Amino acid sequence: MYKIVKKEKLVEDIDRFYIKAPLIARKAKAGQFVVIRINEDGERIPLTIADYNRSNGIISIVSMRVGKTTTLLSSLKESDSILDVVGPLGNASEIENFGRVICVGGGVGIPPIFPIARELKKIGNYVISIIGARSKDLLILKEEMEDTSDELYICSDDGSIGYHGFVSDFLKEYLEKNLTGNADKRKDIARVIAIGPALMMSAVADVTRPFNIKTIVSLNSIMVDGTGMCGACRVEVGGKTKFVCVNGPEFDGHQVNFELLLSRQKIYCDQEKECMDIYEHKCMLDK
Amino acid sequence: MTEKINRKRQKKEKIPRVAMPEQEPEKRNKNFNEVTLGYTEEDALREASRCLQCKNPECIKGCPVEIDIKSFIKLIQEKKFDEALKKIREKNGLPAICGRVCPQEDQCEKVCILGIKDDPAAIGRLERYVADREMKEIAEGIKECAWSEVTKQCTREKIAIIGSGPGGLTCGAELAKLGYRVTIFEALHEPGGVLVYGIPEFRLPKEIVKREIDYVKSLGVKIEVNMVMGKILTIDDLFKEGFRAIFISTGAGLPYFMGIPGENLNGVYSANEYLTRSNLMKAYKFPQCDTPIIRGDKIAVVGGGNVAMDSARVAKRLGAKHVYLIYRRSEEEMPARNEEIKHAREEGIEFKLLASPVEIIGKDGWVHKIMCIKMKLGEPDDSGRRRPVPLEGSEFNIEVDVVIMAIGQGPNPLLTSTIPRLELTRWGNIKADPITGKTNIEGVFAGGDIVTGAATVILAMGAGKSAAAAIDEYIRTSIW
Repeated sequence: MYKIVKKEKLVEDIDRFYIKAPLIARKAKAGQFVVIRINEDGERIPLTIADYNRSNGIISIVSMRVGKTTTLLSSLKESDSILDVVGPLGNASEIENFGRVICVGGGVGIPPIFPIARELKKIGNYVISIIGARSKDLLILKEEMEDTSDELYICSDDGSIGYHGFVSDFLKEYLEKNLTGNADKRKDIARVIAIGPALMMSAVADVTRPFNIKTIVSLNSIMVDGTGMCGACRVEVGGKTKFVCVNGPEFDGHQVNFELLLSRQKIYCDQEKECMDIYEHKCMLDK
Repeated sequence: MTEKINRKRQKKEKIPRVAMPEQEPEKRNKNFNEVTLGYTEEDALREASRCLQCKNPECIKGCPVEIDIKSFIKLIQEKKFDEALKKIREKNGLPAICGRVCPQEDQCEKVCILGIKDDPAAIGRLERYVADREMKEIAEGIKECAWSEVTKQCTREKIAIIGSGPGGLTCGAELAKLGYRVTIFEALHEPGGVLVYGIPEFRLPKEIVKREIDYVKSLGVKIEVNMVMGKILTIDDLFKEGFRAIFISTGAGLPYFMGIPGENLNGVYSANEYLTRSNLMKAYKFPQCDTPIIRGDKIAVVGGGNVAMDSARVAKRLGAKHVYLIYRRSEEEMPARNEEIKHAREEGIEFKLLASPVEIIGKDGWVHKIMCIKMKLGEPDDSGRRRPVPLEGSEFNIEVDVVIMAIGQGPNPLLTSTIPRLELTRWGNIKADPITGKTNIEGVFAGGDIVTGAATVILAMGAGKSAAAAIDEYIRTSIW
């Protein structure tokens, strides 16, 4: 059992959980994830480690209510426990002094990009962050991102805060403005790291491709064990099949077959809906 | 003397091997209850009476963990069932499991003298009977569980075991019996390895696995779940924490795919995923349990081993109208146990033999058809089995909505990749001494599928057992 020592509601439907998991906290690195299972009948789902504190043994995860498992998770309170937390899984982000880097985070992709941005900055990179949400009320971790970025740009789909449009649109304008015809090599962008919904990461990869900027994306495929045992999470990268759980979760965005990723993310749409309907019905009866 | 045995044999052979009671095929292919129902006391006594009690029993030599088969059957003949079980447990901590899933026909029963002229003694079924009998008597309150309360206090050196499958459990049990403080680290949330994620409920009920693991725990073995070794703790961490030796038994946890077009379509599973969803995650109880699984109408399973049979039989139970088992050789070459093949056939699995998939054809991202090519058998290959050769131009399609790839599993590199100095074969298996399990790193032993490649439960148990002896010797002598 893994105790929830603190729970924060970030915005509607998005919570941050601080979980006591000393061994995971001791080893976790930016870019890695955990697999959780809430109760005996529960499924196993992967969640990125949003942060870790080695000294007090606490990791944090951020979860948005979408299906039954995340809804169940959001119903848990402080001092409740999660049955299983397994990690740290996947490979850590490459943290080196690349020079100028752009960190792009969309929606619940912002929490996982945060520790990466922080570590990149710590090691001496000039960190430009672009974060976005559907609207102002749904934007999370703005302050944290401000603290870890040399430049921070905010986007919203509805224009209620910052740039009116997608993070990928802003990125495109930013690159065009700063790189086109730019002779100052110091302004070159060494790499872009993008985390968010698959469509967003795909759009970011499309934007950076003509500029030939190395672009890393963190893929969020369906998983079961998270240890390379089942292959549920397989994706195509550079025409080769890879397992996100052990070969990733980060890959070269220009090589990823996003169409396949999007298709495979929808395998259990009907079942997820069925499960959710039953759960909601039960919740109503309980009330 | 020979004459005496011959006379004895003639007398005994009059009793035919007692058949295993089973659920009817048409009933069982719709439920997940155990297929075989187990002997009654009468069955067991009758079957035990067939044993010749040979002076030099071959059966014991045929057993990878050297159970004293002759003695335990003698005890059954004398109705001393508890003592019979005790006799088995001297060598084997998991009798209810082995009685069910060991390929006895290739081991102890293969060399049974009775088998020369008649069917061999049903050693596995008898082993299962005594183990189940204890479990049943405890459940019914007829008998107190002699071991549930007494968790032994072990005081000797700390030993770490990675992986709680049959190899790890056996090694742990053996070392605990010798007084070592054993911790088994398991990556999944349930201990048991392939016994819980791989072998289906109807072949090996999970209650039974749990019970046998409880027995191992009662010997003093600690099991820590959710520990993905290499990630949460490394081999070096373990040594630093005072573990004197490490036994790696992580199994064959890497699914193979064929590398044909269409394998990443929705509806294509590795057998590992399909079985893990169904067994470990109980997807067959969806939506009561949250893990989903695609229930197709027409399902193709590719492969001819036990894992393929298990997948096909799960698919049938999940309601598929047609389950096609596609295998590139003929039934004779199938690596699956005869009993599994027979059960699968009875349950309505349709065998497509001498055929091999060349492409999976999709429609809107989902599996639609599987294209196969017919094969014929050529000259024997390295394995001694006749090599399948494709017949040019013989392609044909089968309409299916789910495809399960059960063509084998390899060594999972998750742990081994974190130990760069550990010597591996070119397939990624750990190089270890076949008897002692010693690797090239002092204090690190390995055994089971991670060394041999995918094999059987009992072979992993045998490896766990002999490694335990080697670990004991290493600790006592400090000689590597």
